[in-house]
Amino acid sequence: MKEELKELYKFRELLYMITYRDIKVRYKQSIMGLAWAVLMPVMIVMAGIVVRYAYAVASHMPLQMGDTASVAVKSLPWTFMVSSIRFGCVSLIGNNKDLVTKIYFPREIFPLAAVLSSLFDFVIATGALVVFLAIVRVGYSVYLLWIPLLLVAMIVLASGISMIVAAASLFFRDVKYIVEVLLTFGIFFTPVFYDVKMLGDKGKWLSLNPVAPILDAFSACIVHKQQPDLPWLAYSLVFGIVSLIGGFAFFKNLEPAFAESI
Amino acid sequence: MSDVALRMEHVYKKFRKGEIFDSLRDLIPALTGRMFRQRELGDGDQREFWALQDISFEVKRGEAFGIIGHNGAGKSTALKILNRIMKPTKGSMIVNGRLSALIEVGAGFHPDLTGRENIFLYGTILGMNKPEIQSKLDQIVAFSGLEEFIDTPVKRYSSGMHARLGFSVAAHVDPEVLIVDEVLSVGDFVFQQNCMERMRSVIQGGATVLFVSHNLKAVTELCQRTMLLEHGKVVTTGPTDAVIRRYMSDILKPDSKLENKKAYISNVTVRDSAGEQATFESGQTAWVDVEVTAREAVDKLAVVIWLNDETQYEIFNTSTERLGYGSFSLKPGQTYKCTFELTLNAAHGSFGLCVCIHRYDIQQDFDRRVPAAMLFVGSSMGVRGAVNCFPKVLRAGVVETAKEVVRT
Repeated sequence: MKEELKELYKFRELLYMITYRDIKVRYKQSIMGLAWAVLMPVMIVMAGIVVRYAYAVASHMPLQMGDTASVAVKSLPWTFMVSSIRFGCVSLIGNNKDLVTKIYFPREIFPLAAVLSSLFDFVIATGALVVFLAIVRVGYSVYLLWIPLLLVAMIVLASGISMIVAAASLFFRDVKYIVEVLLTFGIFFTPVFYDVKMLGDKGKWLSLNPVAPILDAFSACIVHKQQPDLPWLAYSLVFGIVSLIGGFAFFKNLEPAFAESI
Repeated sequence: MSDVALRMEHVYKKFRKGEIFDSLRDLIPALTGRMFRQRELGDGDQREFWALQDISFEVKRGEAFGIIGHNGAGKSTALKILNRIMKPTKGSMIVNGRLSALIEVGAGFHPDLTGRENIFLYGTILGMNKPEIQSKLDQIVAFSGLEEFIDTPVKRYSSGMHARLGFSVAAHVDPEVLIVDEVLSVGDFVFQQNCMERMRSVIQGGATVLFVSHNLKAVTELCQRTMLLEHGKVVTTGPTDAVIRRYMSDILKPDSKLENKKAYISNVTVRDSAGEQATFESGQTAWVDVEVTAREAVDKLAVVIWLNDETQYEIFNTSTERLGYGSFSLKPGQTYKCTFELTLNAAHGSFGLCVCIHRYDIQQDFDRRVPAAMLFVGSSMGVRGAVNCFPKVLRAGVVETAKEVVRT
């Protein structure tokens, strides 16, 4: 494992280069360019507001600005997770197929680059989010200090899952479709539009979703100005670290067979 | 550090033939089927295929080593293993030093990026860092000759431009060990010349080169030692000339469709003044005996002979008719013999001597042997290239020192 990490470090420049390429290619020959990075979360936020509004009408409670802000805050990390996993999943079998069979370097660069380029979109969208939060006067609090940890948890989890699905889809193309379905409907099983609390007792099954505590914590410390649910967050963090280490080991284990099985 | 740059020891590589299950839909029935059914005999063996068997070789630091063999002999698999793209099924290998592979130039290009962006991308993939690429950027662009189009997306490039840019980047990596697989097959003549020139300078720079090619002439020029692979096994390893000779002699196969021919080439012998011979010194005389035997009555025949070089380029051609001997006719069972005398003014190389029985007025071939024999021409005169012009140096020496060049 140590050797492999050393090698990955040696190839770090290639990781940046592939990330740069992925970003550049994503916005080439498109008129709106970087605006697309903002548009996707904006669509999710709008959908979230519609859903929230429906709740409000059904429960005869007024729709609060905080709810909208919460949906907006949660939609960004969710978009990041979806795009990391989606691009990570096809990172070996898509455009990079040629490189996998022709030139040697640590292959985990591809799924990791997918995560990093999604992170770039995340950062762009965050810029727009900050403006939005300023307009709705969310304000700030000391709890914002949790954010770096949440970002790490988010990136760790995305990297682990990306490596697993990337390697798995190389051997079985089914994985690609399974992942696509999970990502499309995942938004219903992840508290993006709603809070787990709203589901009452039955919500605890949904709290097993490792993405949920991260989203919840973002919303807690940015919008609600309170401490995140620490045990729950710890669960997600452990889940992420295990999936990162396990995913890396899984990936490295299968890597020698990539070129002949692709 | 040892003086060994590359070493393979008893390397085996097994592939599976046929469809590999790459979707769960196929895998699950196959697995359950296997559980309930007795495993069919020989099932496993039939699906397996050894791409490499017991390959061992060693390349010293600074050496240029060639690998030749027919398509499917396992050359590319061997390179992929050295390049760590694939793992050997059995055996071990060592690579000492920074390795760079030119397996398919331009494989790392992204069509949507411009030439300049792709230089950085491909350069990084080949193991250069950004400042290094930056400092060589002008050279790379100049070498490719694509100054005008360097900010155009690569998808708008022609395939030749694509290959040129790819090779230009690859040629500017300074590897300690360079693996080259068939890059010479792309691009035009000038591009190929550039490639050869660049590889020569890489070799002179002290790098170790492993060169795989079907271009035997290039292998002869670049490599001191060569390995011949056949069906995944090493046939022979040794000095390039000897290995190529062996490779070419394997190509000589008697024609199987003899029965349908009215007249056929029954014998071809190459000899020097002492007797049958295949190896000649440049400028020596060779005699070629050709025998033609007829099954049915045939008229107005002529014997055509020609020489092909390693690239199958015809370097010489003549016939009995063109040499003024007219045509001949044979009755069934008769045999015609003729002897050609050739002065081998070739500089260096192996040549295929090809023979054909031709009837000029109806432009028909009765039998062809391509090649019928191999000729190996060596030279101790210090000449290279295709022909021997029998050079001599008549005068040599410094004549005068130009005044404007003198500096104190």
